[in-house]
Amino acid sequence: MSLALENLAVHLGARTLLADMSFRLENGATLGIVGESGSGKSLLVLAIIGLLPEGMRAEGRVLLDGEDLLALPESALCHRRGARIGMIFQEPSTALNPAMRIGEQIAEGLIWHRRIDAAAARAESLRLLDHVRMPDAARRFAFYPHELSGGQRQRVGIAIALAPGPELLIADEPTTALDVTVESEILDLLAELVAEARMSLILISHDLGIIAGMTERCLVMYAGTRFEEGPTERILSKPLNPYTSGLLAALPERAPAAGERRARRLAGIPGNVPSAGRLSPGCRFADRCAMAIAACRPAEPAWRALEPGHGVRCIRAEALL
Amino acid sequence: MSVSVLEVRDLARHFRGRGGAVALKAVDGVSFEIAEGSTLGVVGESGSGKTTLARLVMALDRPTAGEVIFAGHDLFAQPAAELARLRRGFQMVFQDPYGSLDPRMSVGRIIAEPLHLEPSAPRGAARRARVAEVLADVGLEPSDAGRRPHQFSGGQRQRIAIARALISRPRLVIADEPVSALDLSVQAQVLNLLMDLRDRERLAFLFISHNLAVVEFLADRIAVMYRGRFVETGPAEEIFRRPMHPYTRLLLESEPRLASGRRRARPAPLREDRAGDWTHACAFAPRCPHATMDCTARTPAPTALAAGHDVTCHHAGKI
Repeated sequence: MSLALENLAVHLGARTLLADMSFRLENGATLGIVGESGSGKSLLVLAIIGLLPEGMRAEGRVLLDGEDLLALPESALCHRRGARIGMIFQEPSTALNPAMRIGEQIAEGLIWHRRIDAAAARAESLRLLDHVRMPDAARRFAFYPHELSGGQRQRVGIAIALAPGPELLIADEPTTALDVTVESEILDLLAELVAEARMSLILISHDLGIIAGMTERCLVMYAGTRFEEGPTERILSKPLNPYTSGLLAALPERAPAAGERRARRLAGIPGNVPSAGRLSPGCRFADRCAMAIAACRPAEPAWRALEPGHGVRCIRAEALL
Repeated sequence: MSVSVLEVRDLARHFRGRGGAVALKAVDGVSFEIAEGSTLGVVGESGSGKTTLARLVMALDRPTAGEVIFAGHDLFAQPAAELARLRRGFQMVFQDPYGSLDPRMSVGRIIAEPLHLEPSAPRGAARRARVAEVLADVGLEPSDAGRRPHQFSGGQRQRIAIARALISRPRLVIADEPVSALDLSVQAQVLNLLMDLRDRERLAFLFISHNLAVVEFLADRIAVMYRGRFVETGPAEEIFRRPMHPYTRLLLESEPRLASGRRRARPAPLREDRAGDWTHACAFAPRCPHATMDCTARTPAPTALAAGHDVTCHHAGKI
């Protein structure tokens, strides 16, 4: 499997909500997408799987093994979506059907996509529940979502995504609603499943620590477009976009250690993330950027590769080299 | 010697289920002190009792047992009028900057509301001056008083909530997850603001959060809360450098940090919380890798393992 985005954009009427998104994801690779609220992370995912809200229009190409998903009729897309791309959502309590037993919810996808009978689907669902390490799976099989804890519900969400045997897993903030100890278990589980099945993973998170632990490559988004993309380790240690360095400086864990406790402040980034309708011409980040110069204002900086496999949208990136 | 602003003694809040039996010990024998200009950070996961503790300290709920002593006054032994007078001295900042501000009120009115607690609340120009002063304190403009909450971003709304907490010139601010709803870049601004206020006004903070890094940044002392009890309390550096309680260690190991490197694909151990499991004397025993028979039989008591560092565990110091 390979996934390639070529100049993907999303429009709502005259407004452009997402612009100039391109990247490539090879078989078995892991990509983290980071961004604050309003950066367009979730919209990007909805555009990839063809589930954009009414009225929004995608432009460009989303190539799954060379086949453009945006050009497919809904019926064909529906098959690709379920069978080849698995989706894990943030809030397992709203992503699950509250009136349906969890075993049946897992079996539903199996019957639809793998065309197996109910008895076989039941056996396979039970195996999947076991596979995602649901404690006491045989008994919980008949439970409704409200009878499970948040972590257990997310395990069900993962089992549903895995059921058709996808080659690509997209997880949109899969642990944001969970406690930190449960989060750690779910991330361990995801890392294990992805490695074992040689699946590709797109992991969306606002948490840089999670991106650091789970992904080889990382894409930083800001106000509806890409700002930096490259090897995760490189981006989180020596970023080439001032926005990325600003995010890292805002992390409380990066503040100096004890002893200087009273003196330190967080660097932070002044101002707020602009909304899609209110972008000034030029660089979207210029108004908040400590490195902005006059040349940042007239036109939006173009995307460029500064090193092999490391791209950036900033005319001042050389200053960070 | 530092002056104690808040003292909490053996505080408990139990909720009864059907039939009158105690169904939930939301807060179960918690004691601590907060001195002027210092911050106690309370960390814990959902259901640990953090918010119930905040509500008790704010005197928004009555405890089953124990005392909350603010500036020398036992809050639950005061007549209503006296409690109202004392309330000026402790104020609260909530998690959700969208739900905690009345959308129909102007920012100026929202911020001035706690002034009603004062016997001769300032009016007219004097009131506007006080509002302008606290708006400046939190980095907003005096003209913002005429606008409404929906015209502000999440970070600005949280500044408004902080301004409202400051207007009665409190000595203690109780902040329950005040930055959890904010983006990283904005979270840093609000954390800096809270730190400045603490240092400039000598404010004491009870700072509640599930985020360890945030608590580490702001707190002098940290209390780790689990199932209604403080399982470990100590100076912030101590807790992060030498965590003693198995639960504190689990929390610190679990937290995704930049420096931890790539996550290994390893089988996840089953250590999820089992809600409603009250059969163990130590509430953490069902999830604890060190649990022995002792942990189900005897309730551990807080033990000082170093100066000011208490651990509630039979095995602390030995593991």
